Amino acid sequence: MTTGKPRTLYDKIWDDHVVDIQPDGTALLYIDRHLIHEVTSPQAFEGLRMAGRKVHAPQKTLAVVDHNVPTTDRSKPIEDPESKAQVEQLAINARDFGVEYYNEHDHRQGVVHIVGPEQGFTLPGATIVCGDSHTSTHGAFGALAHGIGTSEVEHVLATQTLIQAKAKNMLVKVNGKLGEGVTAKDIVLAIIGKIGTAGGTGYVIEYAGEAIESLSMEGRMTVCNMSIEGGARAGLIAPDEKTFAYIKDRPKAPKGEAFERAVQYWSQLKSDPGAHYDTIVELDAGNLPPVLTWGTSPEDVVTIDGVVPTVDSAKTEAQRAKIARALDYMGLKGGEKPTDIKIDRVFIGSCTNGRIEDLRAAAKIAEGKKVAAHVNAMVVPGSGLVKEQAEAEGLDKIFVAAGFEWREPGCSMCLAMNPDRLAPGERCASTSNRNFEGRQGFKGRTHLVSPAMAAAAAIAGHFVDVRTFK
Amino acid sequence: MDKFTVLTGVAAPLPITNIDTDMIIPKQYLKTIARTGLGKGLFSELRYKEDGSENPDFVLNQPAYRKAQIVVAEDNFGCGSSREHAPWALLDFGIRAIISTSFADIFYNNCFKNGILPIKVSREDLAKLMDDAQRGANATLTIDLAAQEVRGPDGGVVKFDIDPHRKHCLLEGLDDIGLTLVKAPKIGEFEAKISQERPWI
Repeated sequence: MTTGKPRTLYDKIWDDHVVDIQPDGTALLYIDRHLIHEVTSPQAFEGLRMAGRKVHAPQKTLAVVDHNVPTTDRSKPIEDPESKAQVEQLAINARDFGVEYYNEHDHRQGVVHIVGPEQGFTLPGATIVCGDSHTSTHGAFGALAHGIGTSEVEHVLATQTLIQAKAKNMLVKVNGKLGEGVTAKDIVLAIIGKIGTAGGTGYVIEYAGEAIESLSMEGRMTVCNMSIEGGARAGLIAPDEKTFAYIKDRPKAPKGEAFERAVQYWSQLKSDPGAHYDTIVELDAGNLPPVLTWGTSPEDVVTIDGVVPTVDSAKTEAQRAKIARALDYMGLKGGEKPTDIKIDRVFIGSCTNGRIEDLRAAAKIAEGKKVAAHVNAMVVPGSGLVKEQAEAEGLDKIFVAAGFEWREPGCSMCLAMNPDRLAPGERCASTSNRNFEGRQGFKGRTHLVSPAMAAAAAIAGHFVDVRTFK
Repeated sequence: MDKFTVLTGVAAPLPITNIDTDMIIPKQYLKTIARTGLGKGLFSELRYKEDGSENPDFVLNQPAYRKAQIVVAEDNFGCGSSREHAPWALLDFGIRAIISTSFADIFYNNCFKNGILPIKVSREDLAKLMDDAQRGANATLTIDLAAQEVRGPDGGVVKFDIDPHRKHCLLEGLDDIGLTLVKAPKIGEFEAKISQERPWI
């Protein structure tokens, strides 16, 4: 469907996937790729069984276990009986419905949003869904990717489509060149700080500008990953030569002539000049310091050279209550410098920052140093393949020598469904995506940071400015 | 899915901004492979103390609100993860409607798949309904989906908007999958077309 009007990247992908327009204007949208994990799929498969339905396109579906798996010795069975049952159920469902499945012993296993791109399952211009809000990660490839609930997982399994209302278009333009030590994570935290955690509700965000184009694919995935933290179900970055180079020769990517033909199609996946955006936000990355969160929402951000807000800085009564609640939960008074905040734990990993580039950045800081005596720090690679690559580069040895624990891949302490979690009152510098109350453990306190900032905090025992850290 | 037509029930006030899905149902309850039984984990970290006993300060533990069927909350309810365990937990507890100024997209969508009605109202109307909800034993609201209105204990009426398709499905208790499967031939045609145009998919 081509209208003469200039279209955004989102408009183009949307138009290429509309199967039918319903009487009320919503669309039946075709889904090219469906990723599945153990937590949000069992009830969907149960629904299929009860209705006697099949998986419509098993070859467009990929299952991997990630949320529940322990990150310690995998040769032992999973101790938690409920986690074990959920993992086993995914294996049974994948087998019964003919879906390819990476179990916890497969070296391709890892966090679902790291596995998809690694395998070349994630492709530009594709519609990709998963029962997980961080599906927005795949937007880094110029794919329309978003999280869905379990009822929708069942709908996609049964029909390979979703009923969708079209979202609005938001352009987030990040200008300038990032300074040394400032990363994709700092960019996205700054964006969320600017638009707020509901700022992107009802939108698909397209990220553009010099700072975004300069990012590696890993960095672009970090930015798109946290779109949902700004309220947007999906984030998008137009594919370019970097994208095509990343995809080429991946196991599930098209090969040879098919790849060349795909690149031709992918190359036109960019917003037309003059395309309409409902909202445009601009940010200058040139002067951006490292960013961290101080509170219990990803919008509660502060730069490393700033100060934690006080209750009196609130402009409304609702805001005052929100700041007071967050400060109280985080054990802060307000007015602190981030560099004066001591930490107990460090978590480096997750679908936000568990890729090879993230581990390299953390290892560069950790090399030849020691984790502070009062800090427990762990590194959880995003996938088995990331782990292998890191070990081939000797990063594991750097981490272990510095006193970091080197773990098996999985979601781990990003959401603490497995045994990795904070004790009440513990304060953590975490490279994950959510600092909600209780997210990393009951009464645990999370500060979101980049991998380099997390590694530096592990060594100093408190937050430090990674730009001047020696 | 149960139909939603007219609901008269106790409304519990939760005057917190950004109530996220981890707050609604923490991860330790996500290990189930069933849809039911999650009510015990609803708002668990607010509802229970560290020793597992009830926190008497939390609204749903107070006598007037133990059987609440409606929640009135501040902006951006349901932000965070895609876990449908959030509406399942609300439903299992007995909550059939949530009133706020705004909802996160995925949560909002998940509600309709489970017979829960999320109602968006203006800031002024929320203040009024929050006030109604704070009246303890008298905090009863009537929600009439067909008429698209919430009626308060004093006879005050708040109108709300809702997408017509979603309204229809809730009123009738319809299952989307059955409706979509009727279009199987169209899906087949689409697949034939993309196998030519984008054979790598």
